[in-house]
Amino acid sequence: MGRKLLLEHIDVSGIETYDVYRNHGGYKSVEKALKTMSSQEVVEEVQKSALRGRGGAGFPTGMKWSFLAKPEGVPRYLVCNADESEPGTFKDRFLMEKLPHLMVEGMITSSYALGANTAYIYIRGEYMFILDILEKAIAEAYAKGWLGKNILGSGYDLDLYVAPGGGAYICGEETALLESLEGKRGNPRMKPPFPAVKGLYGCPTVVNNVESLCAVVPIINIGADEYLKIGTEKSSGTKLISACGNVARPGVYEIELGMSVEDFIYGDEWCRGIANGKKLKALIPGGSSVPILPAHLITSTEAGERRYMSYESLADGGFASGSMLGSGGFIVFDEDQCIVRNTWNFARFYAHESCGQCSPCREGTSWMEKVLHRLETGKGNMRDIDLLAEINKKIEGNTICPLGDAAAWPVAAAIGHFREEFEWHVTHPNDAVTRNYGMLKTPSITL
Amino acid sequence: MISTLETQAKRPPFSPEKLTEVQGVIKQFPEGKQKSAILSVLHTAEEEFGGWLSPETMEYVAGLLDIQSIEVYEVATFYTMFNLKPTGKFVFEVCRTGPCMLVGSDEIIDYIKTKLGISAVGETSADGMFTLKTAECLGACGYGPMLQCGKVYHEHLTPAKVDELMDQYRAKYSSSINQN
Repeated sequence: MGRKLLLEHIDVSGIETYDVYRNHGGYKSVEKALKTMSSQEVVEEVQKSALRGRGGAGFPTGMKWSFLAKPEGVPRYLVCNADESEPGTFKDRFLMEKLPHLMVEGMITSSYALGANTAYIYIRGEYMFILDILEKAIAEAYAKGWLGKNILGSGYDLDLYVAPGGGAYICGEETALLESLEGKRGNPRMKPPFPAVKGLYGCPTVVNNVESLCAVVPIINIGADEYLKIGTEKSSGTKLISACGNVARPGVYEIELGMSVEDFIYGDEWCRGIANGKKLKALIPGGSSVPILPAHLITSTEAGERRYMSYESLADGGFASGSMLGSGGFIVFDEDQCIVRNTWNFARFYAHESCGQCSPCREGTSWMEKVLHRLETGKGNMRDIDLLAEINKKIEGNTICPLGDAAAWPVAAAIGHFREEFEWHVTHPNDAVTRNYGMLKTPSITL
Repeated sequence: MISTLETQAKRPPFSPEKLTEVQGVIKQFPEGKQKSAILSVLHTAEEEFGGWLSPETMEYVAGLLDIQSIEVYEVATFYTMFNLKPTGKFVFEVCRTGPCMLVGSDEIIDYIKTKLGISAVGETSADGMFTLKTAECLGACGYGPMLQCGKVYHEHLTPAKVDELMDQYRAKYSSSINQN
C-alpha cells in the first residue's frame, strides 16, 4: 500500500462538503501557516519539499514561488491552472470534483505564502459542472471565515474566484492562460518577462497546476522533511496518475513516486493489467505530448534496468529510448492498436489546438496531420515518413510556446520506435484502408 | 418547432436576475478590467439566448462590458465551445481524441450519425432536436467513450446508452414545452 497524501480521505462519504472535510483535518494547513509561520517560511518549506510542478513540465514549485517579484504597492496574484486538457489527463478534474475544499485550502495557504490578496482558479470551460462545485465550496469557506477579510484574525485578506475558459488547449500554457483571463484570445506571450515579474494585468503572478497547489496542503501539514521521505531523491512525494486506454481498471491513482511501472500496470491496486486479457504494445506515460514507449522499453530501460514511475526513470534514455512523467496522463495501448492511426489522431489534436500565432506551428501541425492522414488511409509513400521528420525539425524550437514541440516530439518517437508500422501502411494500402491491422501485431512482452 | 414567442424571448437583453448575476461576475475583477468577465458572460449569453452567439448577442455583450464589438468577435471565434450559428435543441459533443478513440469513440460517432440520419459531424437532425459535434479531449479519458451535452458529461457510452440518452433529452424537451 502506498501512502496517500491527497486522496487519504477520498472514500469518506460527504468529503466534498465543508463539515466532513473539516472533521478530517481540513484547513489545518491554513491554521498552521497563518498562525505559526511567516509567508516566507511557507515558501521555504515548499522549496525544501522539492515539489515539482504537477502540470507536466515538472518545474520546482518552490523555486517558481521564489522568483515572484514584490514591488511596493503593486498587487500580486496567484492563478491556479485548472485548464486540464492534455489528452490522457483527468486527475485535476478528479481532485476538484471530489475534494473541492482541498483545492480551496491549497489556494489559501499558497496565496498567503505569496502575499496575494486576490486569487483565481482558471478552469477549462468544459468543466463548468466543476466550476459550480468549486463555487459552492468557496461560498462555504467564506461563510466559515477562511476567505475574506482578516482570516483567522491574522490580518491577512484573500478573495478567491473561479473563471471559466472557453475551450482551448493552448490556455493550459501559463501566459496564454493569463491572456485568456484578461478576456483575450489565448495567444501565448513572449518570455521574458515571465509571469513572476509581469503576469496578470502586468502584475507579478504565480501560475500553478491544481495538483501542485493541493500538494502544498500536506507539505505544510506534515512538513517538508516528512514529505521528502516519500518518493525518490529527484522525485519527492506522491503523484496522481490518470490511467486510461486499454487497461483493465482505468482511473485516477495516487502513487508514491518511484514505484515500478510494472506494478502500476499489472498490480491489483492499480490498473490490473491490460483489458480483455490482451498484451501490452505501447505506453504514453505522461500525456500525449511525451514520447511513446514500445513494449520492451516500458518496464525496463534500454540499459536493462527496471523502469520506475518517477521523473528521472521515465526520462531514462532521453527521447531515443525514454519518455517523461509529464502530467501523469498514462495511456496504454494493447496489441490491436495501430500506432499510425494514433499518431495521426494526436497530430489532428495539435493542428486543431494550435493558436495560429507562429507560422511553424500553425502550418507545420496541419501539414503533419495531412501527411499522417495520408499514411493512415493507405495513400502515403515512403518519402512521407521522412517528410514528417523534416517538418518536425522545422517546428521544434521555432515557436513562442512549447505546443509546437509537443506536437513534433511524439511523432518523431512514434516513427523512431514503430517505423516498420508506418512502412506497412505504405506497402499494404488496402489493409490500411480497411483498418485490417491484424498482421501488424508486433511482438509483445509477456509477464 | 420554435414559436415566434419563444424566439423573441431568446434575444438580448438579460432578465434583471441574470443581469445582476453577470454584474457579480464583472465585480470579481479589478476596476477597469471588466473585459476579464467576457468568457463567463458569453457562456451565460449562449445559454440564455438560444444556444448560440448571434452578432446581436455579441454586440450586446460588448455593450455590457464597455468594449468594442470586435473584441467580442475575436474571442468568440477563438474558443471552440461557442456556437456561432444556430444548433439543435441539444448539442452532443463527442470526444474524438486518442484515449477515447482507443475505447471506441469512432464507433459511437458513426452510430450517432446513423441514428440522427445525418451525413457529417456538425449537422443537426431533421427534427431540430440534436446537433452532433466532436470535441478534442474533454478530460474523461478513463471513462470513454463519452459525450458532453450542456454541462453534463455522459460517460462509458454504448449504442444502447446513446439510445437511452436521446429518449431522455426528447422527454426533457417535451416536458419543458408542456410547462410553458
